[in-house]
Amino acid sequence: MIEVSELYKYYDDRRAVGPLSVRIEKGQVVGLLGLNGAGKTTTLRILACDLLPTSGTVRVAGLDVVDAPDRVKAQVGYLPDTPPVYPEMSISEYLTFAARLRGVSKSDLKKRVDEAIDQTELGDERDRLIESLSHGFRQRVGIAQAIVHRPAFVVLDEPISGLDPAQIVEMRSLVRSLSGEHTVVVSSHNLPEISETCDRLLVIKNGRIVADGTEQELTASQHGMKIQVTVRAAGSGADVGASSQALLSGLGAVRDVRLQRPSELGEGIATLSVSSDADIRDVVCRTLIEKGYGILELSRAERELEQAFLQLLSSGRSSDAEVAADADEAAESEDDTDDAAEATDDGTTADDASEKKETES
Amino acid sequence: MSAALLIARRELFAYFRSPLAATVIAAALLIDGIVFYWKGLSEKVLSAVALAEFNWVAGGTAFLAGLVLAMRLVAEERQTGSMTLINTAPLKDSQIVAGKFLSAYFMVAVKTLLTLYMPLLLFVNGKVSVGHIVVGYAGILLYAAAGTAIGLFGSALARSQVVAIIISIAVAGALVLMWAVAKATDPPINTFLARLALHHDNQVPFMQGRLELGAVTYYLAVTWFFLLAATKVLEARRWR
Repeated sequence: MIEVSELYKYYDDRRAVGPLSVRIEKGQVVGLLGLNGAGKTTTLRILACDLLPTSGTVRVAGLDVVDAPDRVKAQVGYLPDTPPVYPEMSISEYLTFAARLRGVSKSDLKKRVDEAIDQTELGDERDRLIESLSHGFRQRVGIAQAIVHRPAFVVLDEPISGLDPAQIVEMRSLVRSLSGEHTVVVSSHNLPEISETCDRLLVIKNGRIVADGTEQELTASQHGMKIQVTVRAAGSGADVGASSQALLSGLGAVRDVRLQRPSELGEGIATLSVSSDADIRDVVCRTLIEKGYGILELSRAERELEQAFLQLLSSGRSSDAEVAADADEAAESEDDTDDAAEATDDGTTADDASEKKETES
Repeated sequence: MSAALLIARRELFAYFRSPLAATVIAAALLIDGIVFYWKGLSEKVLSAVALAEFNWVAGGTAFLAGLVLAMRLVAEERQTGSMTLINTAPLKDSQIVAGKFLSAYFMVAVKTLLTLYMPLLLFVNGKVSVGHIVVGYAGILLYAAAGTAIGLFGSALARSQVVAIIISIAVAGALVLMWAVAKATDPPINTFLARLALHHDNQVPFMQGRLELGAVTYYLAVTWFFLLAATKVLEARRWR
């Protein structure tokens, strides 16, 4: 279990994180979602003992990251935004080194390295030099080093950054596969990745958690649920649309029903977008069928989580961008912290170098 | 200690797979050879003088090799991001510094031992004491240890290897020039400053075959001080 209480991190007088309190239970896959400069990487670096907090407490399995960093590190596997690899080593040499560094005994070494290679599907590449690997494979090697010592907690910072669509799908299933044995914390600003990979989402803004819950809870808390339904009935498309709109508008919990461009061509087909305060997909389905409508398609709106996310973060976004730009300058002048932050009067902050690069791009 | 050796082994692996170490060692040996031939074999000088000249040049090249080989130890890892792997492993910063120092110092020691045939050549036409050779090598290795530690300190301070070597040369230069500052000051300050000088008062006895406890202590203290400073720099970075 990870317990973070009243965590603050300042870079000089600039606040990057805080106040931040959260509790992550064993076995969860938790997504840390936020805009560039929100404080994600700083938070993860503190969890991995790469940075120490300015104040507050961070406990990993009951151990404080300041008082017992070595014992915490032994239980954490960390993949930073750039995989920490040595290009001149082969994958198996590198993983052997990483495992020895994390205290894996010589007797277990081969087994652990083989397991990590199998889990990340690097078997065919194990003797290749890392310098010859593509970005996607380097990310896999980065994950392999994070799990080679079988840590209780795995912290992954933007694991899909820079991957192509096929690699993203593979990486998603890889992260998902870690959930049984490990507690996983993943940061990202990629909404599909977060929503499909994680059990729980933490939305971070200005170094603070502004929302905490499942995807459904977050979307419902912002604007209820939005579904898209395509129906078919006798008559013209316009008539079918109007009648089904009137029918659905009368349902309890429905906030709004709007006609949309039909999702497919054909006689008597209409597509509606239904906004509601709760999950009423079953009610909508039953009502339409009872009234003789055929349901061709019913799904949650694709961009629902994105809209919820943007709503959560809508206020103060310009401040974030300004602060991230300031953080760029700070990081350039402040060597390897890789993170920099700027505090404004209303408490906006900025985060790490990787996030900054993305902001620039 | 095993963690430090693990780090040292990896760094040695990197040295052997990169052209930097081979280039630096080859250049240093070339300079040693040319100067030894010129000063020791071409001129009619006493064997002891020729050996002292050899100790002077071999000490200088070993010191510079230590600075150059150490410049990449931390700066390069921070540049490429691989330092995170070490930082998030259950190691103490002192183990990281010790491992990195050992690797660079091993390379410098190999370079130094490869020059061993040069003083032995003096036995062909001259006569020197084995003790002079041994003490001379002790001085070279102590001097190189200080140079490697200063190089590592510079590397810990900087993100870029170029900046690291500039810092290292500045620190080493200031310590070497302490001798010139001592000449411009009055007693007893000049004595104190002369004893702080990295080369002159502390290295000359070794070059001449005299083993002085004060000089040995001085080089060990300088090495320890800069290794400790590098450790503190790494520790401080976690709080920044």
